[in-house]
Amino acid sequence: MLGKTAGGLYWMFRSLERAENTARLIEAGFRIALTRSTNAEAEWQSVISTLAAQQAYEAASDGYDSAQVVNFLLRDQTNPSSVLSIIKSARDNARMVRTALTTEVWSAVNETWMHFTQLLKDEIPQTELPAVLASIRQQSGLVRGALHGTMLRNDIYDFCRLGTFVERMDSTARIIDVKYYSLLPSPSFVGSRLDNVQWETILRSVSAHRSFRWAVEEDFTAPAIAEFLILDRRMPRSLAFSAGQIVNSMSHLAEEYSTTHPCNEMASALRARLVNRDINSIFDEGLHEFVSAVIDSTSSLAHQIELDYRFTE
Amino acid sequence: MGINKTYFSEMHMSEGPRAPYTGYEAWFANQNNARLATKAQEAEAFFRRTGITFNVYGQQDADERLIPFDLVPRIISSREWTKLSKGIEQRVYAINAFLHDIYNRQEILRAGVIPTDLIAQNDAFLPQMIDFKPPGDVYTHIVGTDIVRTGEDDFFVLEDNARTPSGVSYMLENRETMLQMFPELFSSIRVQPVSDYPKNLRRSLEASAPPGCSGRPCVVILTPGIHNSAYYEHSFLADQMGVELVEGHDLRVVDGHIAMRTTKGYKTIDVIYRRVDDEYLDPLTFNPKSMLGVPGIMDVYRAGNITIANAPGTGVADDKAVYSYIPDIIKFYTGEPAILKNVETYRCSEPQQLKYVLDKLADLVVKEVHGSGGYGMLVGPAASKQELSDFADKLRARPGNYIAQPTLSLSTVPIFTESGLAPRHVDLRPFALVSPKGVNITAGGLTRVALKEGSLVVNSSQGGGTKDTWVLED
Repeated sequence: MLGKTAGGLYWMFRSLERAENTARLIEAGFRIALTRSTNAEAEWQSVISTLAAQQAYEAASDGYDSAQVVNFLLRDQTNPSSVLSIIKSARDNARMVRTALTTEVWSAVNETWMHFTQLLKDEIPQTELPAVLASIRQQSGLVRGALHGTMLRNDIYDFCRLGTFVERMDSTARIIDVKYYSLLPSPSFVGSRLDNVQWETILRSVSAHRSFRWAVEEDFTAPAIAEFLILDRRMPRSLAFSAGQIVNSMSHLAEEYSTTHPCNEMASALRARLVNRDINSIFDEGLHEFVSAVIDSTSSLAHQIELDYRFTE
Repeated sequence: MGINKTYFSEMHMSEGPRAPYTGYEAWFANQNNARLATKAQEAEAFFRRTGITFNVYGQQDADERLIPFDLVPRIISSREWTKLSKGIEQRVYAINAFLHDIYNRQEILRAGVIPTDLIAQNDAFLPQMIDFKPPGDVYTHIVGTDIVRTGEDDFFVLEDNARTPSGVSYMLENRETMLQMFPELFSSIRVQPVSDYPKNLRRSLEASAPPGCSGRPCVVILTPGIHNSAYYEHSFLADQMGVELVEGHDLRVVDGHIAMRTTKGYKTIDVIYRRVDDEYLDPLTFNPKSMLGVPGIMDVYRAGNITIANAPGTGVADDKAVYSYIPDIIKFYTGEPAILKNVETYRCSEPQQLKYVLDKLADLVVKEVHGSGGYGMLVGPAASKQELSDFADKLRARPGNYIAQPTLSLSTVPIFTESGLAPRHVDLRPFALVSPKGVNITAGGLTRVALKEGSLVVNSSQGGGTKDTWVLED
């Protein structure tokens, strides 16, 4: 396979994952804004910083009111990380690697792009927002379904999966990092209203507010939530789960190509930090320090993958 | 257009359908317009979903557009096709002989058959090709000859398109669409298949590999990238042939060969079907600013380690000034008269002819010698007085840049409209593959149709559409 094609597949799926994650973050922020208007500004600010878009946002707008933030994140074409821009970039990558995709996957991406170009042409009224956000997740599911249902399990598939989970790893880590202070086990705050709101938002940002209740027998406590998001391997957006998927895809590639690369080792090292340990040891290390280190390692790993598989010259 | 002109209608004669259309006409008589309209919409939705689009140059929004597809096929009898394909084969053969001669002994110049200036002053002539022989002496591996019809037995070649002709993906997709929409038609009418084209293209390219190549030759398609107007076609052909679709930055020179960067390292390639113009092929040899090509590829080429299809410098055979000499070129290399006629062409570089063209501007079509895609041309009968006088100024300023032709009475084939069938003008672009093993012409081609009533411009960039083209079995 061409290095460029591997890169196109990887970035196509990173973009789709990012669009979906952005939609989730908007959804969580929007809910806060609706129900607890006093916290709305701070909430939107943290959404923007989770997406590492602070600079771009503040250059383009003043204040953090819902309509403005939502517009910037959903449909601002000058914002390269708006959902509309990301979907366009996913589709451009898909066009570039079209020969590597099944018709089903290509059509799903192309339709997604056509759908959102139309849907996001005009500003979205508040009443329509939930439906728009839901359709982003739906379309993303459509592409994923086409990928699982129709693609050969070969290197093409592995690069798609790598893109998905590198992006997800980064996204979940950033969500935790921006709100890490609310996840610290500090007895004086437990059960306070502020914490409850923060925790709910975090869980909603990864679509886990229901699964947490089902999966974890404990009450909503900071350590239980942190453990769920970081170490729980049943939870498809946790750091441990994402790292496991990255390692799997990379060992398939190593097997198919009969070569291991530096990125294989880096991925294994990243996963090693997320298995066979309990959450208290992470608190001892410092939650913020731990999550920052994960973000850095993920980014180095991403860079190494690009080098090892020759995405560019 | 002159008044009272009548056009040759390929489907109907006053006494009923022409022979090739009898089967179709019988089927059509039993169709319901509303159902056909629904089918037409389905086809459009399918094209859009599949991304069968082209990008339009010179437009503010770089939107991708659909080429409208019309569901009435253009039908050619097997007898008509035999003549066409013989004529095309003859032309293609002569063009390759001409290119070989021009870049080697230049006998045709010495014999005075064509003026030396035509070559010496020609930008498409590449000195880098002098004394070089591509494998099997094949220069034009893929040719798309534009043909128009004006009467029962009157076919004319309009252009030879010997550089990088496009449109073959529409030939294939249009047939695929027809097969899906109207399978019953193909069981009652015997139509020659076109679906072997990608396989034949790959075989033909493989057969053109450098003689030093061992094992199965590695073929790739070189595209300028996703923003090129014909990108869809590039990816479609790569997919259908099962070969990699590469861009310039995927390639480099490794040990005197061209190699592509794969996830496992550099892999040598043998044949490049390039959809990048000569000028951008090698920044070390041609346009130094080009990001689309491969630095050093011309050295590898001249060393005989890569086949470039079509060969660099083939453009010298298909500019519109050389076109006017093609009948002489055919005679010179084959000893036979041309089977397919040329359209009468006035060379504005010659003072006598320029004078005639200026006098008759309102009746003529004037084209740039190096132009394509319907850009920069004047259709006299459709032009305003102001446009005519502006164009006359251009002609006087750079006469050598233009040729003129009479407006042709292009034949019509009906298109489907909500109120039934309506005649529209068409042309035809069959595709010929050339390799050291011979010429292969797919029975059919791309029929382009001017969708606007009365319009004679069929180019997709100017609002033209396409039709499936049927060549009937014997």
